[in-house]
Amino acid sequence: MAQMSGAQMVVEAMREEGVEVVFGYPGGAIMNVYDEIYKHKYFQHILTRHEQAAVHAADGYARATGKVGVAFVTSGPGFTNAVTGLATAYMDSIPMVVISGQVPLSMIGTDAFQEIDAVGISRPCTKHNFLVKSAEELPLILAEAFYLARTGRPGPVHVDIPKDVTAQIAEFDYPKEVRLETYKPTIKGNARQIRKAVEAIANAKKPVFYLGGGIIHSDSADLVRRIVKATQIPAVETLMARGTLRYDDPMLLGMVGMHGTYAANMAMSEADLLIALGPRFDDRVTGKLSEFAKYAKIIHVDIDPSSIGKLVHVDYPIVGDLKAVLEEMAPLIEQKIDPERYEAWREILGRYQELHPLTYEDSDKVLKPEWVIQRVGEKLKGKARISTDVGQHQMWTAQYYPFTRPREFITSGGLGTMGFGFPAAMGVKRGVPDEISINFTGDGSILMNIQELMTAVEYRLPVINIILNNNYLGMVRQWQTFFYDKRYAETDLSMQPDFVKLAESFGGVGYRVKTKEEFDKALDDAISKGVVALIDVVIDRYENVLPMVPAGGSLYNMLLEYKD
Amino acid sequence: MKIERRVISVIVLNEHGVLSRITGLFAARGYNIETLTVAPIPGSKYSRLTIVTSGSPRVIEQIIKQLHKLIPVYKVIEHSELVEKEMVMAKIPLEERLSDVEALCRAYNGNIVNIGKDTAIIMAADEPSRIKNFIEALKRFNPKEIVRSGVVAIER
Repeated sequence: MAQMSGAQMVVEAMREEGVEVVFGYPGGAIMNVYDEIYKHKYFQHILTRHEQAAVHAADGYARATGKVGVAFVTSGPGFTNAVTGLATAYMDSIPMVVISGQVPLSMIGTDAFQEIDAVGISRPCTKHNFLVKSAEELPLILAEAFYLARTGRPGPVHVDIPKDVTAQIAEFDYPKEVRLETYKPTIKGNARQIRKAVEAIANAKKPVFYLGGGIIHSDSADLVRRIVKATQIPAVETLMARGTLRYDDPMLLGMVGMHGTYAANMAMSEADLLIALGPRFDDRVTGKLSEFAKYAKIIHVDIDPSSIGKLVHVDYPIVGDLKAVLEEMAPLIEQKIDPERYEAWREILGRYQELHPLTYEDSDKVLKPEWVIQRVGEKLKGKARISTDVGQHQMWTAQYYPFTRPREFITSGGLGTMGFGFPAAMGVKRGVPDEISINFTGDGSILMNIQELMTAVEYRLPVINIILNNNYLGMVRQWQTFFYDKRYAETDLSMQPDFVKLAESFGGVGYRVKTKEEFDKALDDAISKGVVALIDVVIDRYENVLPMVPAGGSLYNMLLEYKD
Repeated sequence: MKIERRVISVIVLNEHGVLSRITGLFAARGYNIETLTVAPIPGSKYSRLTIVTSGSPRVIEQIIKQLHKLIPVYKVIEHSELVEKEMVMAKIPLEERLSDVEALCRAYNGNIVNIGKDTAIIMAADEPSRIKNFIEALKRFNPKEIVRSGVVAIER
């Protein structure tokens, strides 16, 4: 095939991989690549205003579409700025390829200008990384990077390319297929284990589906809905699995964990069998491990063997792609399981749901964040993608928004990255342009990537940022209220910009609202105008996220209310 | 939970940075490395690492799974019966009774391998537990320096 420069190989590889958009920021070491972007225009390049935002945007794009997100950054600070984005994607298993420039090979190790040991830094926060040593090996490395990112347990892959490699001329022969001797993810689950697991379900009295993010990654929500319907076994969702079941599915007990519902947490605590589909037993879900699901046998299906038995003993481990496993499992389940069997269990859980439903006290004096989220849900349910930043607003959204489908909810779960929401929502909008892209954020989080107003306005990515503004770093404030005798160390954010003027100065539209009527008007206006918006919603300063399992506590010991 | 010692052999692609992936994994997840040896496997593109580690059974299981998960790792050998050997070298002052030193070395598959101006260099190669005894016994000859190779192992 053709002879070309390493830089051209990069853009040709993007074309081979069907990449339609790259988020990035140029700089010295990656200029050769940007020159080829300029010449070829194979894909749209979106210039964010910070490298961290470029990676979060690629991440949001990947979460919304299921495709591999791509970001380009330069060496040194360009790369170090991207690290938070890599770590965010790594913790949530998001398929992504991040390409960074590097100083020329001959200068590596000399502390050259904008040199940093990029692969040394990215090693613990990527699925894999590469330092490219010559243009000859570049096509294979790029093909492997995409292959690794999207197969097995997905994750971000980082490719560091020295500047002289992008200038070298070599043969470009892009591999049609990648095969790695040392990497062969298990897809099909062990048939005997699957049969034993189905047997365990058939013999259980109090089973619970524990639904995790793996369902979203493997696109198996339809299968999960099918087996939940067939078995009538109650289900709980982790933060990352929201949308697997419709919000109004009678079998859905809600989110589980630190801010899970009473019924979901009690179901886990009293169950005699957990059917764990693609979760990872995160500490925010399990609470105190020795008390977690202590009466339950555990079935755990996961594509990553190291996830199984990492924290909790598993009785029926099944390694495999969730979709492939569920395809085997579903017919067996439909054949063997009689939903009548769990009637008494459903009744107990139904009573728990009635006893302590998810609830808040509405007010006509001040806006409640839960109301705002429910209101957006009433208007946009099933028609919008919902991103969040990190903190109280994130938990309220996870609790109160009526999710209808997978990939509807985009949030940084594992790393908990403030500043994720807005750039991610831009990537979401780019990935699914026909849907409304909402970002629920806080007055703390929004300022962590506020410069992206410029990107969103420039590329017409009309993200509607709904700032649930309590003039506090709310989640930390809540912990200080509960556990630190209200010593509010460095959480008061009363010093704030004028968000309306701020939005306007970038060419967006800003609203400040204090009442339900004002909120409705602002949201309707932002949607009808199709603009980049900041809706600054003044909410109750002291609203807490409840229920709450204090960190390290047992799931069944929830704070259900807080009275001053 | 009971802490156990375990020898793990890891076959890895012989490529840039692969050792840092392994040691980085151990450091990041707080696993122990007692000894580590690494050398290319003759006539292949792979290297073999032999790691002696310790931990509870759950930790050992995680170590093995996490090693498997690294992309350049081809194989992790831990379950089979391994024959283990370790080598040790030491400098003994020439004033010591070299015939006694030599007898000791012989008992541990070793010998005097070099005699210099002030010191004799000796070596021994044996099972790791016996090497410990050897070093203990060597002390009365006032060794100036002791170098251990770390454990290498091969499946039976």
